[in-house]
Amino acid sequence: MRKELSILIIIIFGLFLGLIALDLTFGEPDNTAMDDYFIRNGQEQAATNNIVTTIVFDYRGFDTLGESTVLFTAVVGVALMYRKLVRSDADENE
Amino acid sequence: MRMSKIVRFGADVLFGAIVIFGLYVIMHGHLTPGGGFQGGAVVATGAALVIVAYSYEEVIGMIRKTVLMAQESAGLVMFAGVALIAIGLGTTFFFNFLANSGSLFGMTVPFGPNPGELNTGGVLPLMNIAVGIEVWGGLAIVILYMLSGIGKTKEA
Repeated sequence: MRKELSILIIIIFGLFLGLIALDLTFGEPDNTAMDDYFIRNGQEQAATNNIVTTIVFDYRGFDTLGESTVLFTAVVGVALMYRKLVRSDADENE
Repeated sequence: MRMSKIVRFGADVLFGAIVIFGLYVIMHGHLTPGGGFQGGAVVATGAALVIVAYSYEEVIGMIRKTVLMAQESAGLVMFAGVALIAIGLGTTFFFNFLANSGSLFGMTVPFGPNPGELNTGGVLPLMNIAVGIEVWGGLAIVILYMLSGIGKTKEA
C-alpha cells in the first residue's frame, strides 16, 4: 500500500513537471529591453568583453558585495562553531 | 591520520597546477567564463587537497589559520575599498572609474566580437582579484577548521 502510494505520487509529480516543461519556449523571451541594453552598452561602458562579469561586478555590484558578506559571515560562523573544540584543549596553535 | 605516500606525492604534484589554473581563472575573469568566486574556489580546492592528504599537525605547520582569516578579511576590505574609492573621486558607489581611462586596466574595447585584451575592464579585474583572495582564504579555513574538529574527536 505504501509502495503503490509512493509510485502514484511520483507519477503525478512527474506529470506535473512534464506538462509545465512542455509549455516552455526557449530562445524568444517576451521582455528583452534590459538584455539588449547590457549587450549593446556593456562593452563600451565597462570596457569588458565578458558581459556576465560586467553585470555581476559593475551593474549589480551591490549584489556581489552582499554575496561576499554572506560568505564572510558563513566562514566566521564555522570558525565560531569549531573554536570551542580547539579552546577546550588549550591548543597553542591558535 | 595522514594519507599514503602515493596520495601525498600526487597532492604535491597537482597543487602547483591547480593553484596556477585558479589564478588564471581569477585574472581572466573579465575575458573568459569564470571570475573571482570560481577561481577562488579552484585555488581553495588545491589547498583542500593538501589539507586532506597530510595530517592536521603537518598542515598547521604549513598554513596558519590567522593568515587565512586575515586573507579573507583583506579580500572583503579590498572589494569594498575599490567601490569606496569611486565615492572619493566624486562619483557614485561602485562606479567603474578606471574603464576607458587609459591607465591601469583602462584600454577601450571595440563593440562586437574581438580577441580580448587583458589590460581592459577598469575596476572589474581588481574586484575579481579581491573576491578571489576572499573565497580562497574563506573556503580553505572552513576545511581547516573542520579537520581540526575531526582530530579532536578522534583523540577523545
